[in-house]
Amino acid sequence: MNNYLTVASIIFCIGALGVITRKNLIVVFMSLELMFNAANLGFVAASNYLNLISGDIFVIFIIVVAAAEAAIALGIAIAFYREKGTLDIDRANELKN
Amino acid sequence: MDIKILITWLIPLFPLSGWLLWGLFGKYFKGLSGYIASGFVGVSFILSVVLFFIVAYSHGFTDTLYPWVHAGIFKAGVSAVIDRLSVVMLVMVTGVSTLVHIYSIGYMEGEKGFSRYFSFLNLFVFSMIMLVISNNLLLLYVFWEAVGFCSYVLIGFWYEKKSASDAGKKAFIVNRIGDFGFAAGIFLLFATTKTLNYETVFTFIPSMPVYTTTAIALLLFAGAVGKSAQFPLHVWLPDAMEGPTPVSALIHAATMVTAGVYMIARFHIIFSYSPAASEVVLAVGTFTAFFAAFIALTQFDIKRIIAYSTISQLGYMFMAVGIGSYTAGIFHLISHAVFKGLLFLTAGSVMHGLSGELDLRKMGGLYSKMKTTAVTFIVGGLALSGIPPFSGFFSKDAILADIYNKGFYFAWAIGEITALMTAFYIFRLIFLAFFSESKLDPAKHVHESSKIMTVPMIILASLAVIIGFLGMPPFNESLFYGFLHTDFKNAAVFAPAVNNVPWYILSLISVLMGLSGIYAAYILYIKKTVSPEKIKSIFKPLYALSYNKVYIDEIYNFLIVKPMLVFFDFLWRVVDIKIIDGAVNGTASAFSFFSVKARKIQNGMLMSYILTLSIGAVALLFYYFIR
Repeated sequence: MNNYLTVASIIFCIGALGVITRKNLIVVFMSLELMFNAANLGFVAASNYLNLISGDIFVIFIIVVAAAEAAIALGIAIAFYREKGTLDIDRANELKN
Repeated sequence: MDIKILITWLIPLFPLSGWLLWGLFGKYFKGLSGYIASGFVGVSFILSVVLFFIVAYSHGFTDTLYPWVHAGIFKAGVSAVIDRLSVVMLVMVTGVSTLVHIYSIGYMEGEKGFSRYFSFLNLFVFSMIMLVISNNLLLLYVFWEAVGFCSYVLIGFWYEKKSASDAGKKAFIVNRIGDFGFAAGIFLLFATTKTLNYETVFTFIPSMPVYTTTAIALLLFAGAVGKSAQFPLHVWLPDAMEGPTPVSALIHAATMVTAGVYMIARFHIIFSYSPAASEVVLAVGTFTAFFAAFIALTQFDIKRIIAYSTISQLGYMFMAVGIGSYTAGIFHLISHAVFKGLLFLTAGSVMHGLSGELDLRKMGGLYSKMKTTAVTFIVGGLALSGIPPFSGFFSKDAILADIYNKGFYFAWAIGEITALMTAFYIFRLIFLAFFSESKLDPAKHVHESSKIMTVPMIILASLAVIIGFLGMPPFNESLFYGFLHTDFKNAAVFAPAVNNVPWYILSLISVLMGLSGIYAAYILYIKKTVSPEKIKSIFKPLYALSYNKVYIDEIYNFLIVKPMLVFFDFLWRVVDIKIIDGAVNGTASAFSFFSVKARKIQNGMLMSYILTLSIGAVALLFYYFIR
């Protein structure tokens, strides 16, 4: 159990660091997916350990939502690229102040 | 419905409908509204006379038209009390009103607001009738204010003239001060007796502690001081002369200003059970009578002289009710209404003939040019001076004799001196205006007024001769006393007669006072053996005091108006602008200040948002673990 959670935490931290430090929108997005899956790993681990089905159901839901969200996020990435000619997220700063 | 009850409610109905009619449809009637308005009030007058005889030959009654306010223990209906006091007042009010209405047709001819004028005049008559017949203090108070409102509207009738609209406001505001006391008195009365109905209230009075009765009486008297222009709230009445003269005759001489006296007579039980309050009434009345006559001595505006004379005569009435001689007070009220109404109407006629001239120094020799006006004016002047057989003689002497015989010698002496001054100032006016050599602009066309104005004057003048005989001395055996005093039989006797000096001795003194006043005016202004200028220089400070109206307006200006203005300026500049506006604007600017700071956080960098978010999440986690 502990091992599963350790792996999940490590993956989550890698994902979080990637979201914070990377500038490329696609990479940030990939890091986000990592965080999702870290959470998923935690869920299935706990589900298995506690012998409950609800954790697995959560995971299925997260995957479905993440897939839908991925479609929207990639659409935004394409629109952003068309607008700015780049995927640098520091350029996405028009809503400041 | 009983016929007498029908008559009772028809009396106020006619002027009320007149008000609505001219107020709503005045422009369709044009000149006709004056005649119909006079007719309406005339019908009220005839009905009042009928009611007078009904009451005289049977007895008084009360009637409730409908229950108006009915909330818990608080009950007040639109109800009337018809007794001898109210029918006497009704006949006087509607009678003088009818004559003034007729006179106004001539006086106000061609004025822009002709229908507006008659509409408010009718509203006034309605309010005054209701004031007189109302049977509870709430209704009384409502119409007490309503007559004040009509007075305000009619003083400021020529509202385009600044002085007229100012005078209207002054009248209204000064009356507020007195009415504040009046309202407080009504509250106190209700708090102690739990009712406002006259009869029920009066049953509580004899068993009430004297200090409560005194407090109620003094508070009610404050209202009378305002309404009846007694010192120190008299300042509005001379200014009220800015209104049309018939208004001065009706409202500011005959009816509204006497409401205070009527009120005290109506509440004689309250006042007679509080000797202290009655003494205050006597003191205020005595002082005002003297004080106003003193000012009237040196004025040059004829309407103002008569206005100060009204204040002075009202002082006599308060002296009468202050010693418990309610019948004498009401008798003087009635006779004063006749001769003072007459004096105002004739003064209006003089004004009309001279196209608005009011200054005595620019008149003179009018006798030959306007004989009717002059003769009727002199009748009014003689009545005011208390020369027999004119009505003022009987009524003023009834009061002065009572004052002497009840042992108030000081008040009596002041009253006699005032009688002397009264005769002097009114004959000074008569001699300067009608007899001395003309100082008129020769180019000016002076004309006698039309019949429609002179006929009411003649009727009032004849009444001023006749009416006094109702109170033929000795007053206690006269017709008027016999008729009215039964209404006051429940009053406590707090000032019993201590002397029994026969009336003719006291009357002789009064008549001598009146005659010497007239003679003094004759010497000064006709014979000119002593020049007025010389008298003026001898009594210079006194003259200045009188000419400047004892500086009362200036004192009020300095003591009340100026500090008020400073205070209100403070309220405006500091409390309103700084504190209230400051609080509102300060809230807004605090928000905008902090939002400028907070805006910095939103810098558009996604990374920093996420960093903040992560730090927050980690902090929450830490918190969770540490706890």
